[in-house]
Amino acid sequence: MIVAERKPLNDIVKMVEPYRKVLILGCKGCVTVCNAGGVKEVGILASALKIAAKKEGKELIVGERTLERQCDPEYIEQVKDVIGEYEAVVSIACGVGPQFLAERYPETDIFPGVNTEFMGGALAHGVWTERCAGCGACLVHNFGGYCPIARCSKSLLNGPCGGSADGKCEIDKNVDCVWHLIVEKLTRQGKLDNLLQVQPPKSWTTARDGGPRKVIREDLAQ
Amino acid sequence: MRLQYPSNVKIIQVPCSGRVDIIHLLRAVEDGADAVFVAGCLEGECHYLTGNLKARKRVNYVKKTLEELGIEPERVEMFNLSSGEGPRFAEIVREMVVRAKELGPSPIRISKAA
Repeated sequence: MIVAERKPLNDIVKMVEPYRKVLILGCKGCVTVCNAGGVKEVGILASALKIAAKKEGKELIVGERTLERQCDPEYIEQVKDVIGEYEAVVSIACGVGPQFLAERYPETDIFPGVNTEFMGGALAHGVWTERCAGCGACLVHNFGGYCPIARCSKSLLNGPCGGSADGKCEIDKNVDCVWHLIVEKLTRQGKLDNLLQVQPPKSWTTARDGGPRKVIREDLAQ
Repeated sequence: MRLQYPSNVKIIQVPCSGRVDIIHLLRAVEDGADAVFVAGCLEGECHYLTGNLKARKRVNYVKKTLEELGIEPERVEMFNLSSGEGPRFAEIVREMVVRAKELGPSPIRISKAA
């Protein structure tokens, strides 16, 4: 999932300061799963903004709505009848949401209520970790199922570096050295020789370095 | 027991303090409550194992939220006591009422009145 985290409350309070009527728009996709932008978080943010406004003696009308997703035009379309009632919208979907909204509703001021962090998964309830860097050319099969691009601090494809100690990364003792994990896994599988194959310099043209990306499925696109 | 405790406390019963969510505490503040507290069972004694521990974490979350908004986090509190401790409950209510009086009216109520 895409993992996001709510922006500091005061940042959002400042964003909505000039407005009297705002809509908090959640998303039932990834941000619901990572407890940053679902129905529940919409309610909490709405209440917090109302408290902040009341404290200053202002009246702020806050609408609450959560869409199935904010990354598909058909769901963005669902607010077309209500969005005009609001002066601004705070989207607490990942960074895609505010952009899709801003494109579809150019008259309305749109603000992001969360910071989009990474693509990852839950290690435990309330703990999320990065697993994918979206490089556009997956290589994890060469590394025992671990991604050295997303999980090695230096994204080394022929690691480990000299900073690995006791299975931990030199940047932080709480970060596993992914190369340690790779070597351990391949040793257990008796496939350590796989690492003798030197990985050539990776082409990053499929990654973000190649500019904004697009995927087109000819059989689906109309 | 017929214990006396201040009458300005409104009690909302829930099956377990684990039922109390962040939004419930925030709504109370939003509606102008001077103070809110959650009275859960003693830690380690939860019938549902972790309800009271979850409640404490949520109370702490709300404290942080209030702090961010410039409202005294002491207005929200978590207490643990057993259902057999009536006198302790009365004591907690008195403690919270004293605390609320010391803090003064909620800034939300003040601005409402203005």
